[in-house]
Amino acid sequence: MSQAAAAVQTDTHAEHHEELNFLHKYILPVDHKIIAMQYIFTGMIMAIIGGYFAYAFRMQLAFPGELVPLYGLVGPGEYNMLVTNHGTIMIFWVAMPVLIAGFGNYLIPLMIGCDDMVFPRLNRLSYQIFLVSALVLIASFFVRGGGFGGAWTAYPPLSSVAEYSLTDWGASLWILAVALEFVSFLLGGINFITTTMNARAPGMKMLDIPIAVWFIVVAVILFMASVGPLVAGAVMLFMDQRLGTSFFLPSGGGDPLLWQHLFWFFGHPEVYVVLLPTMGIVADIITVFSRKKLFGYRTVLYTAFATGGLSFVVWAHHQFIAGIDPRMANVFTVTTVLISIPLAEMMFSYIATLYGGSIELKTPMLWALSFLAAFLIGGVTGIYLGASAMDVYFHDSYFVLAHFHYTFFPITIIGMFAALTFWFPKMFGRMMNETLGKIHFWGTFIPFNCIFLPLFFLGLAGQHRRIYNYDHFPDLATQELQNIRIFATVSLVVMMIFQLVFIYNFFISMFKGERAPNNPWNANTLEWTIPSPPPHGNFKTLPTVYRGAYEYSVPGRELDYWPQNEPPEEN
Amino acid sequence: MSMHGPIATHRSATGVPSGRLAVWWLLASEIFIFGGLVTCFVLFKLNGTPGFEDASLTSVTAGAINTFVLLTSSLSIVLAHAAIEKGDREKSFRYIWYTIGGGVIFLGIKTYEYTGKIIHGHVITENLFWSFYYTMTGLHALHVIGGMVIMALISFDIRKGHNYQRVELIGIYWHFVDLVWIFLFPLLYIANF
Amino acid sequence: MSDAYAHPNYVKIWYWLLGLLALSVVGPMLEIPTLTIITAFGIAIVKSYLVAAYFMHLKFEKKIIWFLLILSICLLGVFFFGTAPDLMMTDGDQWIDCIADKSCVEQRL
Repeated sequence: MSQAAAAVQTDTHAEHHEELNFLHKYILPVDHKIIAMQYIFTGMIMAIIGGYFAYAFRMQLAFPGELVPLYGLVGPGEYNMLVTNHGTIMIFWVAMPVLIAGFGNYLIPLMIGCDDMVFPRLNRLSYQIFLVSALVLIASFFVRGGGFGGAWTAYPPLSSVAEYSLTDWGASLWILAVALEFVSFLLGGINFITTTMNARAPGMKMLDIPIAVWFIVVAVILFMASVGPLVAGAVMLFMDQRLGTSFFLPSGGGDPLLWQHLFWFFGHPEVYVVLLPTMGIVADIITVFSRKKLFGYRTVLYTAFATGGLSFVVWAHHQFIAGIDPRMANVFTVTTVLISIPLAEMMFSYIATLYGGSIELKTPMLWALSFLAAFLIGGVTGIYLGASAMDVYFHDSYFVLAHFHYTFFPITIIGMFAALTFWFPKMFGRMMNETLGKIHFWGTFIPFNCIFLPLFFLGLAGQHRRIYNYDHFPDLATQELQNIRIFATVSLVVMMIFQLVFIYNFFISMFKGERAPNNPWNANTLEWTIPSPPPHGNFKTLPTVYRGAYEYSVPGRELDYWPQNEPPEEN
Repeated sequence: MSMHGPIATHRSATGVPSGRLAVWWLLASEIFIFGGLVTCFVLFKLNGTPGFEDASLTSVTAGAINTFVLLTSSLSIVLAHAAIEKGDREKSFRYIWYTIGGGVIFLGIKTYEYTGKIIHGHVITENLFWSFYYTMTGLHALHVIGGMVIMALISFDIRKGHNYQRVELIGIYWHFVDLVWIFLFPLLYIANF
Repeated sequence: MSDAYAHPNYVKIWYWLLGLLALSVVGPMLEIPTLTIITAFGIAIVKSYLVAAYFMHLKFEKKIIWFLLILSICLLGVFFFGTAPDLMMTDGDQWIDCIADKSCVEQRL
């Protein structure tokens, strides 16, 4: 777009608006910042529900058969419902809304220098559909039979036949909720991609876009490409449940393995869908707090593309022992091990970014660094699982569970706290308390490791997943192993108690925190050039961008950062 | 042209207007949804799963007429787009409604087909072929209905002088619906291979 | 904001589409499987090209959109070939019919 065209539209439309009433500002907003908050708050509430379920089933595992305080008795069906919905909620109703819809919505227009998303009303609709999906899922807990208990992977025939699942309507409402969530994110994704492609500030070339934005957009593209076949599959599963079709029933000519393929064709790219936004957020945080350029911006970008591309050809590593053709297992082992290469390269770039930097250990940086450490463990243990020979032993054991919690927890929880503590000043105009932030950090990170590190060893000992009580398995019912289970559960309770520190910090700082300047972290990206919190319309005049997002500690400059919109000095 | 909404809506760093870009992304994701169903159908069919010979029981005449109807309605919507590009609101309005009419005929024929089949006992649970038949054509029909509703809304909008660009956009969507049918027709109506 | 290109003759494309439709209906009637595949499916591909290129104006659109669509189809192909060995090879040459062939019982397979 020419400079002349840009000059015509530099003033925002903010001046043309009358003040909106409460309904149109907070309940039915079209402003991307408010919609982002809606997603983040909804996600945080769902996280409490998902965490509560985890508390209940871990208490059952540590003290089998005993009444769980603040919950009740956890029988086998109840246990299945808890683990199923814990997984489903955490992935679809916490990770995706907070990191992608929430922070994506908040950051993308700000970081690319425009006044809102390209389709604000579509944005609002996306949230509304999302909210309905959350309510449908919660409704599924209260119907006769209770919530669905067939694992978040919902393999038929367990999930398609009510006599087996014992949760007739629970299973159908679960599918409906997931399907609605998919529609919400498909619509939201279109908004994000179009906005990033088209509405960038003048001067912002593709390679000037901050990595956080790039990665959220790539994640959303991966989502849109992978979810289609699963939407088809969900329709087929729903029909199997309610109409008695046999898409996945061998007796009617169908094939249960087809569901597995449809699910994992989506399921594997999905983990990169949730990973990439956090990786992007971490990139932006570590550059700010090491006052250093991102090591290899283009490399990091290409590794993200490579990971995204490869993620479509690794899916059957979730099905190694499901009865797939063993020759396909060979293919998928090779591709799975291959995908660790671009990801490792990405991690190396991040570590190289830190090296030689002037590190400030503020709370967001602590979260970002702990993400790298924990995700490293998660990623490395994934390589073991990717080798089909080892997976024969490890599949469905606690080793897998520990692996994916060492990836998902850093992605979802650590990523969420990193983003929240970093952008809180911008969002609410106030600073969070650093001391409380650090207490919360250590009170989360150390217990997290105490919960999941022992679980690797339980997996090695042969403990399988989705079992509500190991008393029935003599080899696994030893006191030694039970002590480990109790230790993990106690650590979980400790971790949950420390979350109160965060909740306190979050709300007190929102109202009583020290007022935040425009740019408390001395960062380069465009969101830090405007007031905290940003006004409606974001930028008084649309910025022009002159450089990339990572020009920190540029030699010859007095300041160690260089905002993207500052005109180059005349020499 | 509408100037409502944020400035972001009217910028275009890529050169493709945002509305059109968004519709293409929507279609890309829809390719995966319908493509997923079609791929599953083909997998079962090529496997020789019993029931797929029932494709000979669907009426090729009805299917061919429906294909003709959709192709013609694709023509009328693109002519509506050509008309609005010249600023001819009334002609565009008429052609949009011809397209909607095509949709109505399509749905009418499908209803006639469904009724006939169900009366003869070919219900969705009969075998895998019929499950796919009703699922795929049903999902397609829902997209037809959705398209018709949006087209109607757009027709009234352009008659008032707003949002001319949306005729092209709903046209692209409608062509996609036509394209899906172009593939569903041989899959579901031609049996002997 | 319309890009400047000459409109193709939409009605002429429509005639072609109708002709191809007629061919695709008549072809299968001859009951030769290969011919059926060529006429029914091959023609479907040609028809979709005509609709996509001329009615949807892809011929005049930025190439990136073609790329996006072709990539989508290729990914569906990846899904097909990744799933096909499981769904379609239930009687493979690696399978031993353990009930008929008692030797697998002795070998404890």
